[in-house]
Amino acid sequence: MKGPGQDPAAPGPDSALSGPDSPPQAGSPPGSDSALSGSGSSSGSGSGSGSPSGLAGPAGAEPPGGSRTTGSEVRLRGTTKPPTVASRLLQNRWAGLAGLLVALLAPFVNATPYALSVMTSAAIFVMLAAGLNIVVGYCGLLDLGYAAFFAVGAYTSGVLATRFDLPLLATVPAVLVATVIAGIVIGAPTLRLRSDYLAVVTLGFGEIIRITANNLEVTGGPSGVYGIPHLADGPVGFYYLTVAVVAVAVAGAARLGRSRLGRAWRFVREDEDAAEAMGVHTYRVKLAAYIAGAIWGGLAGVLFAAHLSAISPASFTFLQSALVLMAVVLGGMGSMPGVVIGAIVISILPEILRDLADHRFFLFGVLLIVVMLLRPQGLWPARSKEALK
Amino acid sequence: MTLLDVADLRLSFGGLLAIDGLSFSVGEGEIVSVIGPNGAGKTSAFNCVTGFYRPTAGRIALRGRDLRGLRPSAVAGLGVARTFQNLRLFGELSVLDNVRAGTHLWLRQSVFDALLHTPRYRRSEHECTEQAHHWLDFVGLRGDRYGPARALSYGEQRRTEIARALARHPCLLLLDEPAAGLNHGEKAELLGLIRRIRDLGVAIVLIEHDMGLVMEVSERVVVLNFGREIADGRPEDVRRDPAVIEAYLGGEPHA
Repeated sequence: MKGPGQDPAAPGPDSALSGPDSPPQAGSPPGSDSALSGSGSSSGSGSGSGSPSGLAGPAGAEPPGGSRTTGSEVRLRGTTKPPTVASRLLQNRWAGLAGLLVALLAPFVNATPYALSVMTSAAIFVMLAAGLNIVVGYCGLLDLGYAAFFAVGAYTSGVLATRFDLPLLATVPAVLVATVIAGIVIGAPTLRLRSDYLAVVTLGFGEIIRITANNLEVTGGPSGVYGIPHLADGPVGFYYLTVAVVAVAVAGAARLGRSRLGRAWRFVREDEDAAEAMGVHTYRVKLAAYIAGAIWGGLAGVLFAAHLSAISPASFTFLQSALVLMAVVLGGMGSMPGVVIGAIVISILPEILRDLADHRFFLFGVLLIVVMLLRPQGLWPARSKEALK
Repeated sequence: MTLLDVADLRLSFGGLLAIDGLSFSVGEGEIVSVIGPNGAGKTSAFNCVTGFYRPTAGRIALRGRDLRGLRPSAVAGLGVARTFQNLRLFGELSVLDNVRAGTHLWLRQSVFDALLHTPRYRRSEHECTEQAHHWLDFVGLRGDRYGPARALSYGEQRRTEIARALARHPCLLLLDEPAAGLNHGEKAELLGLIRRIRDLGVAIVLIEHDMGLVMEVSERVVVLNFGREIADGRPEDVRRDPAVIEAYLGGEPHA
């Protein structure tokens, strides 16, 4: 009953991806807030002075209807091959909406408490992967301590809710503040480092956060925080709430990826010096990615705390960071649909394999290796080819 | 009127003096070539101007504004765009996205616009794409602009890099060996392209080894050797300068 039961759920949250039409509320505005300051200021360094010197001459004066104005030059817009049916389907937001629909219908197929719990966990994991995809996939910053932000979100919300008898929703503003601060505190000193050094330092920070939670009295030490209030009535209600939040978060992350800031992230990933030469303040842009990732992770932490109603340092180990990273790599770095699928596979597969008892993690590992050998670019890789409009 | 003014520029790496008192200036809308044997310090000078290297001493000013100590993105923000000697495109990204990088500094779009897909988001994305097409047309790119930049031929990649720099709407464009690796026909097209860029009102500083191109296109030529400037003048005068002839043909080897 587990296997087939979860299967429909699997594509489910990925659909979350499509939620584009719902206005991003939960994760995004704050996300944008801090990210905004990043990108805004990055342009600030240049823009103010840039526009005047920016030589209104060549392009400034000419209308954006550019291609017509050059006259003398060859005017070939590249090869315009019609997109194949498959690529249309993949690019289409309908694929995402269909996935969301599957997620919404899944409880009608199998609504045992076990299945709902697994599906809810998978959805939360999707949100984590979407957040890490901003940092690792879009911006190319290898973060081995992502669970730190997950922990900051879960603990902030859990501790505040239990100590002050607050409803969980009321802790969200504090969670946002705490995760942004955590993002800046961890990011500001480390983002000057390049790749491998950054990985080592983030690994260290991840452990520091976990060990701190383990030793502080406020966080309940090794036994953690328990009795965290629920966010919704009953597991079905909470499942739908989670799917809604995750859908908005995934859509928000995907939208960020298709923006001026998202392009700047990719420029940094591809070539930092060239990005800098084109006026991208690489440090601020990287910090914006880090803060966005922190917010996504922190809000996922709130959902996590509400889901389990008890949290302990054991939930935020290096293994958790590694699993999220694995989801991103498995799905396809920088590809939001891929990452969603990767996260679902990583979170559901061990449950499907549960019948194998002790051997299940062995088989889980073998399957991952096989997938990565067969599809090193990920299950649904990011396209280099731009969609024709 | 002077646009870029470099005075007594010095740059040393440890004990090695890469640039030893270089002075030159570039007027608005002027084409200036910087030539010299390999290792003369041409690219180092570019890197000092664009903020990638911090000069040991000297002055660099753009329209009277000191550029020293600014990070490269801030220099770009003042209207300086450059290309690289060994192409630095964003290989995995589409050709269009590469050129869109040039619009980063002037595109008005906040994170809220992106998250909510406001009309301003749609407008700015449209403008950004139109601009990318415009500059790819301007440089005459024939290859697939929707595909990844790494799939283009070498010459096409060079054009894309120039288009990316132009999309920034610079007042000063630094081209580092744009003709390297181009065939005869492509060089002729490059010559025309450089003139058309100048006609837009953009000043150009050109590092180039191809003397035919340099003599044809430049209004002024600055000659460097061992980090020093040994000549500065009109192409026909520089060509006859004994110090230049010696640097190129005389005592020391050059590639």
